[in-house]
Order: sequence, then structure tokens, then C-alpha cells
Amino acid sequence: MTRCTASDDAANAAARQGWMRLFALSDAAALEAALPGGLADEVRVLRAPEVGLVMVRGRTGGGGAPFNLGEMPVARCSVALADGTVGHAYVAGRDRAKARAAAILDALMQRPEARAELERTLIAPLSAALAARRQAAAEKTAATRVDFFTMVRGD
Amino acid sequence: MYVAVKGGEKAIDNAHALLAEERRGDPAVPELSIAQIKEQMTLAVDRVMSEGSLYDADLAALALKQARGDAVEAIFLLRAYRTTLPRFAASLPVDTAKMTINRRISATFKDLPGGQVLGPTFDYTHRLLDFSLMADAAEAPRAAAAPADDAAMPRVVDILNHEGLIEADSAPADAEPGDLTREPLTFPAGRDLRLQNLARGDEGFVLALAYSSQRGFGNNHPFAGEIRLGGVEVEIVPEELGFPIVIGEAELTECHMITQFTGSKTQPPQFTRGYGLTFGRNERKAMAMAIVDRSLRAGEFDEERRFPAQDEEFVLGHSDNVEASGFLQHLKLPHYVDFQGELVNVRALRAEAETVR
Repeated sequence: MTRCTASDDAANAAARQGWMRLFALSDAAALEAALPGGLADEVRVLRAPEVGLVMVRGRTGGGGAPFNLGEMPVARCSVALADGTVGHAYVAGRDRAKARAAAILDALMQRPEARAELERTLIAPLSAALAARRQAAAEKTAATRVDFFTMVRGD
Repeated sequence: MYVAVKGGEKAIDNAHALLAEERRGDPAVPELSIAQIKEQMTLAVDRVMSEGSLYDADLAALALKQARGDAVEAIFLLRAYRTTLPRFAASLPVDTAKMTINRRISATFKDLPGGQVLGPTFDYTHRLLDFSLMADAAEAPRAAAAPADDAAMPRVVDILNHEGLIEADSAPADAEPGDLTREPLTFPAGRDLRLQNLARGDEGFVLALAYSSQRGFGNNHPFAGEIRLGGVEVEIVPEELGFPIVIGEAELTECHMITQFTGSKTQPPQFTRGYGLTFGRNERKAMAMAIVDRSLRAGEFDEERRFPAQDEEFVLGHSDNVEASGFLQHLKLPHYVDFQGELVNVRALRAEAETVR
């Protein structure tokens, strides 16, 4: 497989981790809709979208030695753009189209000009949607928090 | 003499056609969709994912539909499906302390950072049939909401361990854990293999063993230190990237059981721990798993192994419902020749017995 370029320093890696996470946690439809038109000629598939498994591990007691909990399907894909920029994707589930879209977007996000545009049109809304989804769930959970009160007994 | 027997193809085809028709039921009743099963039979889906050992709610729902709601058959279908896929990677161990919490309770400590959060629970329901569910609801039920703070929800056993009264986790060794989907189980098994086995084990079997231990068939009087349910992000380190990336989220149930331990020659009196972790919402299973995990640690604490729940070979060898069901159901295969042999044998023995008499 193609290695990352030397310019892929820690800061770049951190930024890339951020968007790759967001792609994995977002709906396929949003990713596919964000693909610029007329890209088909430019995208070269390095690794065709394929589905496999990831063995999910836990830790004994939550913080001890690792153990194998069970597997999770994952779709992956790798692409290259005409300028040689390589994009990868690993997204939980069996959606090959999502993996392909995420790989192309991963490549585009490494191009400064495309990235500025995508930050605004894709990353910001996906980020907001994920935060809103989590916030809504957290608020429903918070409503079930127990408030203990002490019964004062008069003797 | 060897007699080859053939036949039954037509009967088998027709039996499968009959099965398909009966699975569908009355065509006048609308067919169940996978989405309906996934959204409304969530705990059945979660059990199938957990024991099928494959985190895929759509496939678990499909398996339940195909299996006519038979959980063990559905689990078998998922296990069979997974064998068709290559394994790309193992994840980094998930961090349950960073779970997005959906439920978190402790039966041992009332006031704990983050509080007691009940979440969607059957607890405190009266177990009375709700006949209103027999009709289509006019509108969807709505949960209440309250302001959510970002209060951390550390694991109870970690925050209350500063006195050293609760056994600490073993140092997080980075040793490669054993994998019983790759190598056959051998004994003695490490705790890693025991936990993997129990996580995929049959809920009913693990529950019954935990119950036996609670009732005195084993020395286990546990407290539910903490039960938590929620989502964790799953990370892998792809070779081509060399750094960890999140590939998705998994909902998990985790349980810490705490058991009093009076000490041994080498260890001071303290509370020891049993651990349960499952895919999805499987609270009963996670609790039972934690009790059985602790029971199986008898050897570590110089406890006499006298009961089934303490016997690793017994527990791990019989927990898998796909294996158990397969071995049981193979009895339906033709045993005509074996039986003929035994028949001849019994006739001979009987004739012999009559001659003696």
C-alpha cells in the first residue's frame, strides 16, 4: 500500500484523524452528496471498495489486559487523485459506496483549496449534526438522573 | 454390508417451501421489514449481535426474520456469515470510561461523580401487560429531556479504588490476546479467552451459572459495583496510515461486580472484581458474565473449586449455543446403521440373559 508522504506530520495526521472520524460517524448520503461532480475521470481506484471485519477489543476490568470481544463489519477503499494524492477510508458497516466516497473526500481534504471549501460545506454541517445527535441523546439520558433526597425523621 | 441410501430431495425442497410459507405467516398481515425489526425488536437484535459476535444490527435483524424469531438459529446465521469475510484488523482496546452514557448505575455507591442515571430500563415497571400496545399508537412516545452537563463518568471501581480496598486492574499489558475464533480452546485458558468465550456465550446458560453461584454453588456474594450502557468509538491503526482512526461507534453494556474476599496467604483482604462486557444492550447478560468471570477466577484467590460455575472446562466448553445446538441437533441425522448395530447387540445380550436364566 502507498505510504503517507513525509509531509504527513503530526499536525496533518491529527487533522486527518478528525475528518476520517467524522466521515465514519456520518450518514453515507451526506458523504456521497458532497462529492464534486466531474470527479470520475480523476479518481483512480487503488483498492476497490471491499467489506471485511475488525475484531473489537475490550480490556479486562475496563483497564487491564486486552481481550477479543467480537467482530464488526467494516468497508474500506483507497483512491488516488490525478495529482497523486492518496485517500483512504475505513468505515464501520457494509456500505462500499460510503467507503469510496469517504476515501475520495479524504484525498480532497488533503488538497488545501478543496479543503477550505469542504470545511465549510461538509465538515461543519457533519460536525454540527453529530454534536446535535449526541446532545439530544445526552439530554434524554440526563432526565433520568436520580436526585436522592433524605427523609428527615422526627423522633 | 454397506448400503448407500439416497432420496428425500423432493421432500426436503418441499419442506423448505413450507418453512418459507410458514415463516411469512398469513399474507393478509403486512410483512415485517428489517427496519421494523431493527427499530422495534432492539433487544432481540442486540442479543443476536452479541452472541453471534458480529456488530451489525441490519444483519442481526435479517437473521431474526429468516429464523422466524429463533434467537439461536439467528445467531448461527450470523456466525456463518462472518466466516465469509476476511479480517482487516483488530481494534485498539475500547475505552469504556469514555463512553457516551445512556445508562449508568451503581448498587454500591449512592453518590458518585456523574450520578446515577437510569436510562431506558425495565426496572421499576410493574410488568403488567400494556394493552394499549395492541392498537397502533396515535403518536410516538416522547422521552423527557433535561439539561446535560459534560460531567465525566469515570468508572466507579476506578474512582473508589484510592484506598486500595478494591482489586486494581492488572497492568494494561499489550500482549496479543488469544482468539478462540482462530485457535481451538485449550485449558487452562487465560482470562482473555474466558471473557471472549463468555461474551459470545449463551445468555441463558451464563445466567443460570451466575444464579447457581449466587445461590451457593460457588463462593460468590457480589455487589453490582457499576453497570453502564452507551456508545464507544472503535479505532484501528491501518498499516497504510500508521496512526489510529475511528471507524465507527459500538453500543456496549459493561458490568463490574465486586465480591468480598477475606484474603489468602499472599493477598490482603479486599474486594475482588468480576467483569462483563457485551455488544448492544444486554444488561442481564453482562451482569451474569461478570459473576461467572469472578467464579472462574477461583484459582487466583486460592478458593476451592467445587462447583460448576468455578470449573473453566465445564463453563467454557458448554457456553456456546451454536456448538451446543449443533451437537444436540445432529441426533436428527440418520443413525439407521448405528442403531441397527445396537439392535443386534441388545438382541444378542437378551438371548444370552434368557439362556442363563
